[in-house]
Amino acid sequence: MSATTVVLAVLLGLAAGLLAGFFGVGGGILFVPTLVALGLSQIEAEATSLLAILPTVAAGTWQQRHYGNVRWRTALVLGVASIAGAAAGVQIATELPEDVLRRLFALLLLGVAAQLAWRSRRAAPYPSKP
Amino acid sequence: MTPKLIAIGLVAGFFSALFGVGGGIVLVPLLLLVVGLDGRSASATSLAAIGITALAGTVLYGFEGHVDVGHAALVGLPAAAGAVTGTVIQQRVSVRTLALGFSALLVVIAGWLMLS
Repeated sequence: MSATTVVLAVLLGLAAGLLAGFFGVGGGILFVPTLVALGLSQIEAEATSLLAILPTVAAGTWQQRHYGNVRWRTALVLGVASIAGAAAGVQIATELPEDVLRRLFALLLLGVAAQLAWRSRRAAPYPSKP
Repeated sequence: MTPKLIAIGLVAGFFSALFGVGGGIVLVPLLLLVVGLDGRSASATSLAAIGITALAGTVLYGFEGHVDVGHAALVGLPAAAGAVTGTVIQQRVSVRTLALGFSALLVVIAGWLMLS
């Protein structure tokens, strides 16, 4: 891995973290393409992205906790319920052919892009109180 | 409320593991529209829930031998710093312009993945 590659990976990691902090997502939508660019297969990139998400959301949650924004009970119910969904997702991802998974992921990115554009147009989902 | 949350969690977990993302892209809009949280609470609660989801996904993929710890640290540790910064800025500014910027970036990446 060249120095340039490492610097780019670190910068994209930072950008993914910013995205996580701003929009409450894990940053995986940037981790996965970054890891693919670093030479991992789609499935390895996805699995590795999930691990990379852990420090990201831990830091983001820690920071949000100070502002009193985290609804802990809601998060716990969502998180525990998600485990069953995750088991199904892993099963399907490991069975799908690599290129199909990659193209599905690209479609997901387009969906997220549309959603971000939509959210930015909504009246004030993130009101800017100084 | 709880059955709704369980349904949302199931869907988010499926998305998360299938695509290697946190699931926040599913969680945040549903928390805004279905549960009725405000923007900052939705994103903060989403981050906390993703912690559990991503941990489950990591363990399950780990059994299959797909997790690369070194690469995860390479992008994940800078991202932790980015997440703190992003959260601090989120409390102070409107994120409208940034949302559009990221949206454009994702379209470019999607094009690259489709063609590669």
